[in-house]
Amino acid sequence: MSFQPVKFYQTGTFTVGNRLLVPEERSVQANMERTNSLNSGHRACQGCGEALGARYAIDAAMHATNNQLIAANATGCLEVFSTPYPETSWQIPWMHSLFGNAPAVATGIAAAIKIKRQKGLKDDVRVVAQGGDGGTTDIGFGCLSGMFERNDDVLYICYDNGGYMNTGVQRSSATPPAARTATTMPVGQQPGNVFGQGKFMPAIAMAHEIPYVATATVADLRDLEHKVKKAMTFRGARYIHILVPCPLGWGAASQDTIKLSRLAKETGTFPVFEAEYGELTNSSKIRRVLPVEEYLRPQKRFAHLFGKTPAVATLVRLQALADKNIRKYQLLDKEAN
Amino acid sequence: MLKQMEGSHAVAEAVALCRPEVICAYPISPQTHIVEGVGEMVKAGKITNCEFINVESEFAAMSVAIGSSATGARTYTATASQGLLFMVEAVYNASGLGLPIVMTVANRAIGAPINIWNDHSDSISQRDSGWIQLFAETNQEALDLHIQAFKLAEELSLPVMVCMDGFILTHAYERVDIPTQEQVDAFLPPYEPRQVLDTHAPVSIGAMVGPEAFTEVRYLAHEKQMQALDLIPKLAGEFKTIFGRDSGGLVRPYRTEDAETIVIAMGSVLGTIKDTVDEMRDAGVKIGVLGVISFRPFPLDAVREAIKHAKRVVVLEKTFAVGIGGILATDVRTSFFGFGIQIESYTVIAGLGGRPITKASLHELFEKAGRDDLPRLTFLDLDWKVVNKQLERERKMRRSGPAAENILRDVSSTAAHLG
Ligand SMILES: Cc1ncc(C[n+]2csc(CCOP(=O)(O)OP(=O)(O)O)c2C)c(N)n1
Ligand code: SF4
Ligand SMILES: [Mg+2]
Repeated sequence: MSFQPVKFYQTGTFTVGNRLLVPEERSVQANMERTNSLNSGHRACQGCGEALGARYAIDAAMHATNNQLIAANATGCLEVFSTPYPETSWQIPWMHSLFGNAPAVATGIAAAIKIKRQKGLKDDVRVVAQGGDGGTTDIGFGCLSGMFERNDDVLYICYDNGGYMNTGVQRSSATPPAARTATTMPVGQQPGNVFGQGKFMPAIAMAHEIPYVATATVADLRDLEHKVKKAMTFRGARYIHILVPCPLGWGAASQDTIKLSRLAKETGTFPVFEAEYGELTNSSKIRRVLPVEEYLRPQKRFAHLFGKTPAVATLVRLQALADKNIRKYQLLDKEAN
Repeated sequence: MLKQMEGSHAVAEAVALCRPEVICAYPISPQTHIVEGVGEMVKAGKITNCEFINVESEFAAMSVAIGSSATGARTYTATASQGLLFMVEAVYNASGLGLPIVMTVANRAIGAPINIWNDHSDSISQRDSGWIQLFAETNQEALDLHIQAFKLAEELSLPVMVCMDGFILTHAYERVDIPTQEQVDAFLPPYEPRQVLDTHAPVSIGAMVGPEAFTEVRYLAHEKQMQALDLIPKLAGEFKTIFGRDSGGLVRPYRTEDAETIVIAMGSVLGTIKDTVDEMRDAGVKIGVLGVISFRPFPLDAVREAIKHAKRVVVLEKTFAVGIGGILATDVRTSFFGFGIQIESYTVIAGLGGRPITKASLHELFEKAGRDDLPRLTFLDLDWKVVNKQLERERKMRRSGPAAENILRDVSSTAAHLG
């Protein structure tokens, strides 16, 4: 009898037809038992990358922990759109305290669980903390660094949409250079956000030499699920940084959230990788490198770069940043290119 | 057991006896010896089943406490001064969420100018934060109030600050009676949270609340504190039954029965005031003292009851509201305003940034008060020469320089001149 091997992977993506996989390998979202941790009915905008990322991440964390999970949430879009009193989308024990303290609140939760377990009063319950890029890289930075440094048993997830979206799209230290926000308007000598500022939190997390650091985008949700589940196999401080397009803040079409996420990765603008104990262990390779322009053009926050006289010099600088990411995080598949 | 020990260590022992489950702390004078004490006891295994976390800031300390308390753990922290201010956002959050955290405030002045010594500006800056605030008069009372605080906090699901004077109490060696574990266990049951992050019964804590319910939620915070007005004396009674001594309660009157003048104050200064009052009593002056233990909730009825027969009150406070004057004094006046009671009231600001409050100054002050010869607002032992010199300097030149540094220079030149 002739034998035809089944080809799971479509070219250019890692999308897998779930039905072709054995049940254990199917995605958490495809599972009838998925927890819908962040349930439908919340108030996020159409096409919100943060809502999508959070749903996948937390369901995957629930799956990995046998549904024994508690979440601490920073103030921000995710918190506001998920819990307009008296409604809540959260199907898990969830707590919001302040904008800048989610990592510390999570430390407290983990400490309480540790003692309750010691006393035989509780099973093994795991803790995630989550917040936006502002809550993570700016106002919560001190608490996050403290949590990392003590190696507290917390997975921190940052949903990076490149700005303070909940307060009306202001600049954060994760806003990309040249981007328009309400506080970096496209006017004056250097329109948009300036170059030479900002910080990339995953690299700072790596510098703390914590057990696990990963980045992901909502274009590759299987990869995101995998990284969350993997993070849960470690004890101690872990960090996952997810790029989550914000149609409202980016001036992008709702249906382009996945496309833009993929372009961020394929241009090298957003490096997707994993690191353990401070060392890069794996990077998601770019199959065919695309120019940054393809990522920038569909977003109105970069519209001023593409006016009557294109801002060529700025585009060159942005391309250089992407190229640097490609080198630094080894994003090229040497065999494929 | 009677022991001679430092106030901070007495508090650490009390906290240990309360079987805390999570302790988080960040160092600041004069709180340090307390957290060093509990930290060592956790590390040495003297406090079992407890996690001690060295955090990176006071903001983190209170935030960790919020997380652990919401997960059902009995939680303790301590701070002072700048540390308390650094955690303010989380202080309000803990009370807003109704989390029964117990925190020692080793009272210290607030800068600028930076000053490590005692006054009450730190905890009183958090007057409206929704925390219960109890002020200890002695080290024994500081120890006892911590045991009561956990029970009070957990019964009401509200956080409690135990305020004790920095250095004056925290660093003073005194004899204290350390209770036994059996006594404390008999008084303080294990913590049964009203709300808890539990995977078997998931809840969302800290949701956004709009105008439709915010007033009601806030009112409940007030209602809880009104309940505390009943609960605090009740717990002091239970405490006496088990431990055999009077500690805590709302207010503590001393020789007030027939007093024409009643001095009102909080904390360790009550000792000096009582000594002065005893001497004046010996000389036939009808004077008494009212110590306020519970500053929040403020016991309006108990204060009024204690002072209503007097001719005048002298409220002596270790902080003040810049731009108006007394804080405790305003609360005291609220207690009798509208009750048809005629009492003169004088506000005295004393002991700022560790300035000693001497019996000599108090004698003079109370005598003047007795003659109704006191301004409404007095800054005790204020050096007018130095103040006027600086005011003069500011009138004369635009670039008069930093005020604190100028005053220090003036003070030391006067001191050198005197010496
Ligand atoms: C101490 C404090 N400062 C400012 C705010 C106002 N604030 C609330 S959400 C937010 C922006 C959140 O941005 P980010 O963390 O990136 O989350 P996003 O809304 O973009 O998902 C700001 C500035 C606040 N709530 N608390
Ligand atoms: S503003 Fe952006 S991040 Fe916030 S809900 Fe809308 S799409 Fe999501
Ligand atoms: Mg953001």
